[in-house]
Amino acid sequence: MIVVIDYNVGNVRSVCKAFGYLGCEVRLSSRPDEIEAAEGLVLPGVAAFGYAVGVLGGLAELIKEVALAGKPLLGICVGHQLLFEKSFEHGEHRGLSLIKGDVVRLPAGRVIPHMGWNKVVMPESMDLFAGLGMEKHFYFAHSYYTDVKDSSAEVAYTDYGFELPASIQKGNIYGTQFHPEKSGNAGLQVLRNFVSVCEKGKR
Amino acid sequence: MLTKRIIPCLDVKDGRVVKGVKFLNLRDAGDPVELGKRYSDEGADELVFLDITATIRSRKTIVELVERVAENVFIPFTVGGGIQTIEQIDELLRSGAEKVSINTAAVQNTDIIVKAAGRFGNQCIVLAIDARRSQVKNGHPPRGEAAGWQVCVKAGTEPTDIDVVKWAVEAEKSGAGEILLTSMDADGTQAGYDNELNKAVSDAVNIPVIASGGAGRLEHLYDAIVKGGADAVLMASITHFETISIRQMKEYLAGRQVPVNL
Repeated sequence: MIVVIDYNVGNVRSVCKAFGYLGCEVRLSSRPDEIEAAEGLVLPGVAAFGYAVGVLGGLAELIKEVALAGKPLLGICVGHQLLFEKSFEHGEHRGLSLIKGDVVRLPAGRVIPHMGWNKVVMPESMDLFAGLGMEKHFYFAHSYYTDVKDSSAEVAYTDYGFELPASIQKGNIYGTQFHPEKSGNAGLQVLRNFVSVCEKGKR
Repeated sequence: MLTKRIIPCLDVKDGRVVKGVKFLNLRDAGDPVELGKRYSDEGADELVFLDITATIRSRKTIVELVERVAENVFIPFTVGGGIQTIEQIDELLRSGAEKVSINTAAVQNTDIIVKAAGRFGNQCIVLAIDARRSQVKNGHPPRGEAAGWQVCVKAGTEPTDIDVVKWAVEAEKSGAGEILLTSMDADGTQAGYDNELNKAVSDAVNIPVIASGGAGRLEHLYDAIVKGGADAVLMASITHFETISIRQMKEYLAGRQVPVNL
């Protein structure tokens, strides 16, 4: 079973609905026993970073612990940003520090937020992109981005006047700056691929 | 490169999609969930659902609608119409909407934008502006004034003395993540977008601008993007009642070197 972490931010339900649509067993939960029992965790997020960290509270440590123990974890949008060390959105906030790097504002000189469908160049080696080919469009909606400083992480990029990290993979830890649950069929395939990763872990 | 977005708009009244001309003379256009799903399958980049009755009863209907749409449609959608409080925004986002659009409540008090952006992030707060060309005399604006547009509220029924461009700039400062700019003069006419309006606003702000009102032919979409500087184009009549499909729109734009997700 996939557990989508319920921490009172927007769009948690749409992530659940997308997994449900794929025929996958999914539960929205913030219960520590269910988080520990899950085959995979999804950390969604439509929220400001500071607010998200605040409402996540003590769950942050648990998520970090089970992720470091090898449970597949997928962060989406702000959930993806939460995987990193620090964010500078409306102040300075600490993230889960599972991946080295900071969350910083998109550089000036372009329309902000980065909002809409942008083409992601997908390295073949990244699990989330299996079966999707070389490049696909995904839906983005964010004003801050992850400045990745982790040499052990694989990164897929999109072009927004600079190479913007669109997705990351470091061992069992995955993140997408875009919203797979809102990216049509390509997005659903990304979620299906995450489910496959979780199922492999179970065997 | 970020693509330009094609966004069908579904005005919802009593659980049905309707469309009028200049906000009047509504015609039935179908079931919102079915229509939303069809547009998503045809390749729409986003959907907008506007509750045009916005009564206490319709608010319950729209939350149920959002939940049904979210079960069937896996592209972003915005919901708007009569939103007044942070609690309503929270409920709609939790029900599956990606963004909410706020109009009258923001004009009454910009605090709602500030608070909503602080809590949910700028990217899910769309400021909707219903714009009407300011009164002109003998084809010219009053002496000493540039041509302009005034903000109208309450579904376009109440004009204010607020200038549209100034309002857009203020809303951006308050935390709006996007502007849905509807020309009331062009709405439903299918005679083309008001690209002077689109240009004036898109030049003044640094957030995305969705051009709305007046789409009737394929070149209108191109003009709104290229002449009007719009980041996205919204349409209703041509998709609901006419034979132009989303795919045709995208193929046309791609053929004229506009980046689209085809």
